Amino acid sequence: MTSTLDSRPRAGTPTPTAPPKKRRRSRVGGGGGRDAWLLVLPALIPVLLFSVYPLAQGLLLGFTDSKAGLNATVSFNGVDNYTQLMGNELFWNSFRIGLIWAFGVTILQFFASLGLALLLNLDLKIRWIARTLALVPWAMPPVIIAIMWRLMLNPTYGPINEGMRAIGLPGDINWLGDFSTALPAVIVVGVWAGMPQTTITLLAGLQNVPTDLHEAASIDGAGAFKRFWHVTLPALRPIIVAITTLDLIWNFNSFALVYVLTAGGPGGQTMLPMLFAYNEAFRYGNFGYAAAMGNVMVVVIGIFLFFYLRSQARSRIS
Amino acid sequence: MTATIDRPQTARPDPAPRRLSSAKRTRRVTRPLQYLALAGYIVFLGFPLLFLLITAFKTPQELQSAAPSFLPQSLNFDNFTQATEKANLIPAALNSLIVSVATTLIVTVISLPAAYALARFKTKLRTVATGWILLSQVFPFILIIIPLFLVLKQIGLINSLVGLILVYTVWSLPFALWMLQGYVAGIPVELEEAGAMDGGSRLLVLRKIILPLLAPGLVATSLFTFISAWNEFFFALVLIQDPALQTLPLTLARFVGAEGQVQLGQLAAASLLATIPSLVFFALIQKRLTSGLLSGAVKG
Repeated sequence: MTSTLDSRPRAGTPTPTAPPKKRRRSRVGGGGGRDAWLLVLPALIPVLLFSVYPLAQGLLLGFTDSKAGLNATVSFNGVDNYTQLMGNELFWNSFRIGLIWAFGVTILQFFASLGLALLLNLDLKIRWIARTLALVPWAMPPVIIAIMWRLMLNPTYGPINEGMRAIGLPGDINWLGDFSTALPAVIVVGVWAGMPQTTITLLAGLQNVPTDLHEAASIDGAGAFKRFWHVTLPALRPIIVAITTLDLIWNFNSFALVYVLTAGGPGGQTMLPMLFAYNEAFRYGNFGYAAAMGNVMVVVIGIFLFFYLRSQARSRIS
Repeated sequence: MTATIDRPQTARPDPAPRRLSSAKRTRRVTRPLQYLALAGYIVFLGFPLLFLLITAFKTPQELQSAAPSFLPQSLNFDNFTQATEKANLIPAALNSLIVSVATTLIVTVISLPAAYALARFKTKLRTVATGWILLSQVFPFILIIIPLFLVLKQIGLINSLVGLILVYTVWSLPFALWMLQGYVAGIPVELEEAGAMDGGSRLLVLRKIILPLLAPGLVATSLFTFISAWNEFFFALVLIQDPALQTLPLTLARFVGAEGQVQLGQLAAASLLATIPSLVFFALIQKRLTSGLLSGAVKG
C-alpha cells in the first residue's frame, strides 16, 4: 500500500486548514517585529494589567497575612501560611476530596467519552441524536446543569429515586444530602457536564486514524479488539494525553457545578479545594491564607502534570 | 468517513471476500450490542434534559402529588410567566446581555489584530503568547480573583458591570486568540501576496481579502465568547454583590437555595429560558468550533 501519504482521511471535520504548502519566509520573518507588537498591543495591555499582574500578585499574596478590611496593613509572613496549612486538617481533607473528584471525573469521563466516540465513529443509524445530545452540556451554563441534576436527584420528586422505587429498591436516598452518596453523585454530574469536549476531541482523533492501517491489520487477521489496541489506541495517544491533561486541570479547578449542587456539603463531603479557598477568602476574609491554598494547588497540579507528561513523552520515544 | 468507500477495490488482494463474510457474521452479533450501548448513552445524556423540560410544564399540584405522572397533564406556560415575573429574572437577563455583548465586542476587536500577528509573524511573541495561553489554564481562579478583587476595589469597579466586563474580557481572551489564530493560519499567505502584487495596500488587502475569508471563524469565535460570558458564574459571584446588578447565573443560583417543592417548576422554567441563548448560538457554531479547536490544537 503506497497511498498512505495522500490518503490521510480528513473526512468528517471540514477543517479550515490550508494545504500545507511551503511558507514564504521572506515576508513573514523580516521586518515584522514592530508591526507584530503594534497589532498585539491592544490585547496585551489588558492581559498584563488584569491577568499577569494579578496572578503574580496572587502568588506573592500567598506569603502575606493579607486580610479583607479597609485599613488592614499587609506584611510578609514568610512560610507562616504554609506551616499553618500543614496543620489544617480540614484543608487536607478538602484536598483529598478534590483529588478524588478530579481523578474520578477525568477517568470516568475518558472511558465514557471513548466509548461514545467509538460508537459515533461507526455507521449507526441514530448516531446523530447521540452526537447532538453529547454537545448540549457544552453550551449549558454550569449553574443550570447543577439545577437540572438537583431536580434529577431530588429525594422525593426526582426520577432516579422514582425509578428505584419502581423496581423495588429503596427509593428514599437523599443523594446530595447523604454522607456516603454525595461525592459519587456529584462525580456523576461532573462526568455528564464534561463529556462533550472529551468526546468530540476523541472522535476527531478517531477520524484521523489512517484507515489503511486498519485494513492492513484486518488482512493480517487482527480482530476488532486487537485492531483497537494496536492500531487505534497508539494513533490516538497524543490526543488522549492532551485531553485528559486538560480535563484534569479543568476538573481540579471547577467551582460552579459543585457550588450550586451541594455548596460543599453535607458536612464538607464535597468541599472541593476551590470552594474551600473561596470560603476562606470571601466568607472569612483571609486573603493571604486563601492565596496560599491556591499556591499549594498550583504546585500539586504542576508536579502531577510534570510526571504525567514526562512519562507520556518517554513512552512515545521508546 | 467518505474516504473508506472508494479505496478497498484498488488495494485489496484476493482473500478479501472470505474475510468479509466472516466480518459480516461477527457484525450480526455486535451490531445490536452497539445499538444498545448507543441507546444507553442517549438516555444518560438526554434524560436529564427531558426531565428539566417536563418539570417546567408541571403545575405545583402535579409536582407535589404523591404519585406523580411522568408527563405533565397539560402544556401550561404558567411556570414561565411566573418565573419571569418573580425572581427579577428580566433585569438579570438584561445584565447578562449587557455584559456578554460588551465582552464579545471588546474581545473580538482586540483579538483580531493580535490573532493575525500571532498567526503570520513567527516571532518570539508567538511562543510567549502560546505559553501564556496554556499557562492561564493551569492556575486556579482563586489565585487570580483575590488580587483582582483588590485591584478592582481600588479603582472602584467592584459591584459594577464594567468591572465584570473587564474581567470577562481578559478571561476569555486566551481562548478567543487561540481559536482565531487557527483560522487565520488556515488562510493561505499566498492570497495576501497576490493581493499585494496587484497593488493593494496592506490594509486594503486585509480588509478585502482576509476579512471576508475570516468572517465565519470570527463569528464562531465571537459567539463562543458570548456563550462563555453568558454562562460564567464564579467571577460574577465574587465581584457582584448588589442584587440589582446580578447576572442570570447568580440569580438562578440564589433561587436554588430557597426552592421548595412548589417552586421546582418555576426553577426549571427559568433555567430553560436562561439556556436558550447559549444553546442557539452553540448550535450555530458547533461545527466550526470543533474543527477550529482541533486546527488550533494541531498548529498550537
